[in-house]
Amino acid sequence: MLEVKGLHAKVEGKDILKGLDLSVRAGEVHAIMGPNGSGKSTLSHVIAGREGYEITAGSVQFDGRDLLALPPETRACEGIFLGFQYPVEIPGVSNLTLLKAALNARRKYRGQPEIDPGDFLAWVRDRARLVKIDPKMLSRGVNEGFSGGEKKRNEILQMLVLEPRLMILDETDSGLDIDALKIVADGINALRSPERATLLVTHYQRLLDYVQPDYVHVLARGRIVRSGGPELARELEQKGYGWLEAA
Amino acid sequence: MASQPQDIHELMRRREYSAGFVTAIESDTVPPGLSEDVIRMISARKQEPEWLLEFRLKAYRRWLRMEEPKWAHVHHPPIDYQAISYYSQPKSFKDGPKSLDEVDPKLLETYKKLGIPLKEQEMLAGVAVDVVFDSVSVATTFKKKLAEAGVIFCPISEAVREHPELVRKYLGSVVPFGDNFYAALNSAVFTDGSFVYIPKGVRCPMELSTYFRINERNTGQFERTLIVAEEGSQVSYLEGCTAPQRDENQLHAAVVELVALDDAQIKYSTVQNWYPGDEQGRGGIYNFVTKRGDCRGKRSKISWTQVETGSAITWKYPSCILRGDDSVGEFYSVALTHHRQQADTGTKMIHVGRNTRSTIVSKGISAGEGQQSYRGLVRVLESADNARNYTQCDSLLIGDRCGAHTFPYTEVRNPSARLEHEATTSKIAEDQLYYCRARGIGEEEAVSMIVNGFCKEVFKELPMEFAVEAGKLLAVSLEGAVG
Ligand SMILES: Nc1ncnc2c1ncn2[C@@H]1O[C@H](COP(=O)(O)OP(=O)(O)O)[C@@H](O)[C@H]1O
Ligand SMILES: [Mg+2]
Repeated sequence: MLEVKGLHAKVEGKDILKGLDLSVRAGEVHAIMGPNGSGKSTLSHVIAGREGYEITAGSVQFDGRDLLALPPETRACEGIFLGFQYPVEIPGVSNLTLLKAALNARRKYRGQPEIDPGDFLAWVRDRARLVKIDPKMLSRGVNEGFSGGEKKRNEILQMLVLEPRLMILDETDSGLDIDALKIVADGINALRSPERATLLVTHYQRLLDYVQPDYVHVLARGRIVRSGGPELARELEQKGYGWLEAA
Repeated sequence: MASQPQDIHELMRRREYSAGFVTAIESDTVPPGLSEDVIRMISARKQEPEWLLEFRLKAYRRWLRMEEPKWAHVHHPPIDYQAISYYSQPKSFKDGPKSLDEVDPKLLETYKKLGIPLKEQEMLAGVAVDVVFDSVSVATTFKKKLAEAGVIFCPISEAVREHPELVRKYLGSVVPFGDNFYAALNSAVFTDGSFVYIPKGVRCPMELSTYFRINERNTGQFERTLIVAEEGSQVSYLEGCTAPQRDENQLHAAVVELVALDDAQIKYSTVQNWYPGDEQGRGGIYNFVTKRGDCRGKRSKISWTQVETGSAITWKYPSCILRGDDSVGEFYSVALTHHRQQADTGTKMIHVGRNTRSTIVSKGISAGEGQQSYRGLVRVLESADNARNYTQCDSLLIGDRCGAHTFPYTEVRNPSARLEHEATTSKIAEDQLYYCRARGIGEEEAVSMIVNGFCKEVFKELPMEFAVEAGKLLAVSLEGAVG
């Protein structure tokens, strides 16, 4: 589904990704771990399509299509979803407005008519219940005045509403208490299916206790320096990254 | 901009009639230029009473001694006031295009984007419309309802004839004839506009002008609007139209006067979209307006809400004089400048009575090379114990060639006053746009969504139907602002 080959990316003239390879098939969950500043968010944004990254070598393919040639909105309509490490506030634009626009953009992309407003509301309320988001919050501005935990749950809500095929979650678990962490994990698991794939960027084993990964990768100095199964994450939990970075 | 409550039949008749007249009076059509003779002629043509002619002449004499305001943060080539024709017969539909096929396709495209019904498009574009027109019955029904409530809503020239005592009492009582350069000019030469009178204790049974909006084809260059709300009455008046209006008259200098007596409330909403000119700024309208509301009575309230996206140059400060004790003034504004548009707008809140309160919320959006200034004055007189003002001015910049300037002025002569001021300037953040796009929303839709969010506090003050239109209008006006 996702094929990253020999990816080199620069930000403001600085090399961040230096030859990254990653292959994700439908149905799989991959965890990406690694020290701060190693390029995890950069990788996520390059896949999602943020501007400002210079790709100097390599390729990213999604279902065999060259992803790097597409604007971010097209990538999203193709089924890529990025849960932001730092969700953005948009004052005055309600969550419902954003969700409806996003949902209808997808439908338009697929040549479907706009969703019926009643069906839309019912669908969003149903999804909100899964992540324990108060329906009242839906009419508030996007992430406007939300707590850190609320913002993260809101990312999961958007994901549940939009039902992407590739879910990239950039440290969605950071800063969450245990209850919120469970909610987030439930949200991710609710979408797990043989047609979908997940990329979990995380620092902690505890999320992986709830969302079992098939593969664990360690990203350091702009490359995947080690890949393994779930046991690699537990090893990292004990030993830290030092032994790998030196390698 | 003003609306007239007569039904389409009447409107057509009047136009046809005057068109029939044209040849007969053509010989004495007023030539370009302004003089006392021209003013006498206008007044005679409209069969006005002597006092009104005097009013015009006094204004004219004052105007001669005045200079155009220079302090506005706008630039335009000098206007030749002697090159303007100050009176012309209303145009006949016969002069207009015969069908929409003859209308500028670009204009039609905009109408379509705004979702304006076909019949209405024809009216706006000046097509000779079939007399069998849906709104005729609607307009007549509403006219009847207004009459039952005792509400007067008519062209001001008709009011001069039918209700001279009311017009005489209030005309110029809020904006005196010598108030400023443009107001003086308007007072000397105004030819049309609306008059509204709401009797004591009456709540106007409908929002005025929504249904008559489509009649406003022949808007005057020097409009005069007067709204009087008697004790305990209420009215909501809507002015303007979201469709871009073209007009061969480049200069527009309107005067709007509002009078609210004890416990009366006037809500005046404007959605204004004069032709702003092309990307080089050619052909746009200069809109120099004096709008003022007088909270003359105790506990009265006047609320201005405006959404401005049009004109090449806008110069406009809807103001409130809070004379009555416990009176309230509000100003909610969204102004958008794109391409080479210039806007110098703001408000004045003059606190005279005790416990008077005012709220100012101004949202400015600049894109392209648009330049925008907010100029607000809050004046608290000695007599105004416990005056309160809250001012919020937010500017949003799209791109880096546009500008926003804020000039808040305060003059406080009573120590018990409490004034709060908040101002922000922000750019549409890259990360907001990216966030929306990462959810699948295209760039233009994302910009318009973010801008609409920015304007929300103002839009919620607009009547529902207008708010929806205003949202669409911003989206269309901002097309091409990014990327
Ligand atoms: N916009 C930017 N400008 C300059 N440097 C950046 C920018 N974004 C990221 N970086 C740098 O790129 C490196 C990788 O950052 P990031 O991908 O956020 O790491 P991680 O998510 O693994 O913590 C860091 O050294 C960071 O400082
Ligand atoms: Mg990161």
